[in-house]
Amino acid sequence: MTGFLALEDGTVFRGDSVAAEGFAVGEAVFTTAMTGYQEVVTDPSFAEQLVCFTAPMIGNYGVAEGRSESARPHARAVLMREARGPAWTDWLHERGIVALSGIDTRSLVLKLREAGAMRAVTVAGAGSAEQAISVARSQPSMVGRALAPEVSTRTPYIYSDAGVARIAVVDYGCKRSILRRVAGAGGAVTVFPHDATADELLRFDGVLLSNGPGDPEPLVDEIAVVRDLIGRVPLLGICLGHQLLALAAGHETFKLPFGHRGANHPVLERATGRVLVTSQNHGFAVAPSESREATYVSLYDGTVEGLDLPLEHARSVQFHPEAGPGPHDAWPIIEQWVEEVAYAQAA
Amino acid sequence: MPKRTDLRSVLIVGSGPIRIGQGCEFDYAGAQACRVLRREGYRVALVNSNPATIMTDPEWADATYLEPLDVETVAEIIERERPDALLPTLGGQTALNLTVELAEAGVLSRFGVELIGADVDAIRRAEDRLAFRAAVTAVGVPVPESRVVSSTSDLDGVSLPAVVRPAFTLGGTGGGIAHDRMELEALVARGLAASPIGQVLVERLLEGWQEHELEVMIDTAGNCVVVCSIENLDPMGVHTGDSWTVAPQQTLPDGEYQRLREAAFACARAVGVATGGANVQFAYDAASKELAVIEMNPRVSRSSALASKATGFPIAKIAALLAVGYMLDELPNDITGKTTAAFEPALDYVAVKAPRFDFAKFGVVDARLGTEMRAVGESLGLGRTFAEAFLKALEGREQPTVDLDPSRRGDPVPERWDLLLESARRGLDLPGVHPYFADELRAVARAERELAATGDIANAKRFGLPDATVARVLAIGEDEVRGRRARPGRLAVDSCAAEFEARTPYFYLSYEASDPAPARSHPAIVILGSGPNRIGQGIEFDYCCSRAALALRRLGYETVLLNSNPETVSTDYDTSDRLYLEPLTLERALDVCELEQPEGVVVQFGGQTPLALAPGVAGAGFELLGDPLPAIDRAEDRGLFGALLGDLGVRAPAWGTATTTAEARAVADRVGYPVLLRPHHVLGGRGMRIVRRPEDLELDEPALVDEFLEGALELDVDILCDGESGWVGGILEHVEPAGIHSGDSACVIPAPSVTPGLEAEIRELSGAIAAGLGARGLLNLQLALQGGELFVLEANPRASRTVPFLAKATGIPLVDHACRLLLGAGIEELALPPRATPTRAWAKESVFPEERFANAAHRGPEMHSTGEVMASGSTVSQAYARALRASGRARRGGSIGVPLQAG
Repeated sequence: MTGFLALEDGTVFRGDSVAAEGFAVGEAVFTTAMTGYQEVVTDPSFAEQLVCFTAPMIGNYGVAEGRSESARPHARAVLMREARGPAWTDWLHERGIVALSGIDTRSLVLKLREAGAMRAVTVAGAGSAEQAISVARSQPSMVGRALAPEVSTRTPYIYSDAGVARIAVVDYGCKRSILRRVAGAGGAVTVFPHDATADELLRFDGVLLSNGPGDPEPLVDEIAVVRDLIGRVPLLGICLGHQLLALAAGHETFKLPFGHRGANHPVLERATGRVLVTSQNHGFAVAPSESREATYVSLYDGTVEGLDLPLEHARSVQFHPEAGPGPHDAWPIIEQWVEEVAYAQAA
Repeated sequence: MPKRTDLRSVLIVGSGPIRIGQGCEFDYAGAQACRVLRREGYRVALVNSNPATIMTDPEWADATYLEPLDVETVAEIIERERPDALLPTLGGQTALNLTVELAEAGVLSRFGVELIGADVDAIRRAEDRLAFRAAVTAVGVPVPESRVVSSTSDLDGVSLPAVVRPAFTLGGTGGGIAHDRMELEALVARGLAASPIGQVLVERLLEGWQEHELEVMIDTAGNCVVVCSIENLDPMGVHTGDSWTVAPQQTLPDGEYQRLREAAFACARAVGVATGGANVQFAYDAASKELAVIEMNPRVSRSSALASKATGFPIAKIAALLAVGYMLDELPNDITGKTTAAFEPALDYVAVKAPRFDFAKFGVVDARLGTEMRAVGESLGLGRTFAEAFLKALEGREQPTVDLDPSRRGDPVPERWDLLLESARRGLDLPGVHPYFADELRAVARAERELAATGDIANAKRFGLPDATVARVLAIGEDEVRGRRARPGRLAVDSCAAEFEARTPYFYLSYEASDPAPARSHPAIVILGSGPNRIGQGIEFDYCCSRAALALRRLGYETVLLNSNPETVSTDYDTSDRLYLEPLTLERALDVCELEQPEGVVVQFGGQTPLALAPGVAGAGFELLGDPLPAIDRAEDRGLFGALLGDLGVRAPAWGTATTTAEARAVADRVGYPVLLRPHHVLGGRGMRIVRRPEDLELDEPALVDEFLEGALELDVDILCDGESGWVGGILEHVEPAGIHSGDSACVIPAPSVTPGLEAEIRELSGAIAAGLGARGLLNLQLALQGGELFVLEANPRASRTVPFLAKATGIPLVDHACRLLLGAGIEELALPPRATPTRAWAKESVFPEERFANAAHRGPEMHSTGEVMASGSTVSQAYARALRASGRARRGGSIGVPLQAG
């Protein structure tokens, strides 16, 4: 069965449908990660996105339940040069994900690089390209979209009940790897919905603001809660959590033209001059700043990759120290934070 | 930290002659290092004995010492040059071992030379098997169960099968797999002899485990990046240099890959790699998820060259800059111009490397691969699918396989992947192959079946089938396939999967939309390269192609290079204006020409490979510079050539052609015994032999039967020609008599046996033959001198193996001049001196893979050498003595000469 991807600018890429029939609407984005296709597709930060893999051979090593970053795929569609199955394509099919193989992904990436991430429709099966293009154009832009409420847990739950420090994780679309790393570092982890109140969270030794999809700016209530928490409990923000902390601390965020998505993004740790190779997945970023608070900067475009408010015990990173997929260079960031929280709590 | 200003001069140690296990990847690495350190303002001195590399041309270093790579010589050079620092990590194991010896002899401390890019302790820790194990196990990285042995009496209780790995040797020399006690004792004895410190490691054979390599870069701030992961298609037990490999790795899930990445950094830090590149090799068992580090090279390696070409990340250049103090994030990524070198390349294609073997050259019949490297060259294929890359690597070897016997597909034989592909076509099982790769082979077979059923060429091409395969499957001609298919797109190797705009024009072809065409400011000239190294076609030809690319650029052209050999300088994206990494087949040559629409195509510099493509390229309507085909015809057709020599009154050995034994004997009776039997159009004299009696004269294929000039002297003459006249660039005299393949002979210049009268005769004859052939550019003549009389053995209207040697010995850039001639200049326009005079007496000597193949050093009509060395002296005999020393065949001899100076 054939299929196609229609972009809002009218470009159409044709391929073969290798998973569910139907169509998917979203923002077309690409990731340059060469491993971890299952982790990418199940990362809630990919909600409402059609993910193109720049790595050409996808599905080579099958699937395993333990590799999923959440309970289900969040990417709406998967675009590949060469899908390998059957394990991977069956897995996508069973989960109702539209996936195309045989796409000229390089041309697609060149297009997205030049024009920015675009609204798009993926069609698996017969369909009219004109209609698909007009559907793409009728979609709202990612700017101004608050998506965290759609992927967040509805009720609080305990992830791990024993540890050296009690950590609340606010789930804006949290990856399992974050929970695993925090628990592994000795955190007793309770996960809260995106709209948890400051009072609920202040009962913990430390609060981790998780990653998540969409634009941080419209999350006005969440930002207000973070502002309320600053200085009252140790905070660690990751990805969207970093952006929320930044907004709460008076920084600005903006939409990147085509995002940072991959496992090879270098960031400079200003204090030490060290470079970390990091896993990244974000369409919005914190604007470059000379402020001393900015601890890490992207070596690609100078955007703020980390903040530290030492007096307030609040810090954050734009990249994914938990990896999954990607390098483990930044693992210690989570571990050190949990240790510090434990130490502060014991003191 | 920016670059160090306390250093002013750096000595770079090269890798010496090309050997199995130490190929031209180090010429690429050393050449990059020279170029970049000079650009940074350092005075660069270079010591290397290899004439065939562009690195030892005078332009590359401030002072180039073509000298033996031994402690005594390098100590003298250090005393004379007084460099502030020595950079040993770009000259392979040879340079590292030499550096350790220099340090141990106290030379470095005596002259206050700082070692940069490595320290002696780290080199020792990486190479001394025991120290390495201790260092890596201390940081929690597992190693295979093993025992260090320094005597054959320490072998009790070793579990078999086991791998024997000698310490401090090249490409696994002296190692192997022992299946029983007898084999073990024999291998250990051999390994102890091969190891300079008399130490071997006897290690548990991790049979069937996968093998992975990571190429790591490190700076003095401790920043580490992985440039590339490389997965071996062959399991443990086959040397990685002999293994087919793929980059990036294809079968490990993210978490498992990241474990390898962590372990690689841990190893590099534990061993103490100061800065630069390192290569870490792992064994991995997918079933148990067990990991073991096999070895680490604290230097730029063969895999680094491969990783550089596979990703576009210039490892050697960056390694040189890190050694002088830069940090990764201070160095720009050339390709994007925007990002820094502190990143990890993302690939949106697959790169497959195939080794090339020449077992037949050494008379090996039942060849098997093991832990000792045997490959003489390699080809790299880039494709948008695994299959496309795999099939390009396969054809890029330029070694069609015949008589495949799939029953041997489970054995570690050199043609294993040919057998496996054929087995997939026949629906047989694929033993010992990772399920992913087995599926890919079956996908190729399926694509061929679909093509046969549907005739859908577009689909087959997009999948990655070469034209030759499409033609075979559809039983039509390749030209018809070409006529019926679309044209491929030009895709950039940009190190970032198109995330950033690429400035460096390094391309491959695939059946997708082209990247935006780069701007062109000058007319283009396409240079066809020489493909994988092989016995008889080594880096001399890459030297010529690279030199031509640089020369034509200076002459106002955009040079476009096509080559498949990842080890070389020509496949460095800095060498030409545009580089295509593609197999040297007519399909790809024409695709590149159609994309580039060149003013001319150069086929003269890459040996036989481009010449074989020349008629097809010309037939498609592209102009060959210098119009070489008529001259090639006149030189290669024995009848035409004989007639030309007859007209000129020049003697040649009598000859005849024969297709049967009886015919051959008839010819031999006419010309007289002994005779030289040779098949036509062959390279490196394959199948050539001298026959002395009729009863030894048996033919199984058509051959030429030549009168053999017993005891004659041989001369090699390289001539610049403009179609009407010739200018002799030099006359080399072979040390060995006629009958020894010219590629294996030692040579000297000036030629002691050539009197002024004889020289005049040679010059006249050269001019006449050049004119008679109508040759343009370079022409090589092989002459024999017997009883004071000259005989013409052969004329080859192309760059020869001796061109780089001669250019260095005389200081005349022969290839640059040849380029002007190809563009139509006359010899009188080149402002050449009346005659080429060598700067001193020079000699070159061949090196043979005698440690790998029995009798490899036995010189005969069949070529066996892998590389050569060059040295000078005030007399020819001193120069020859010095060359023998440089080749490792003599301990002493000659004295240090004058370095070549950059202009």
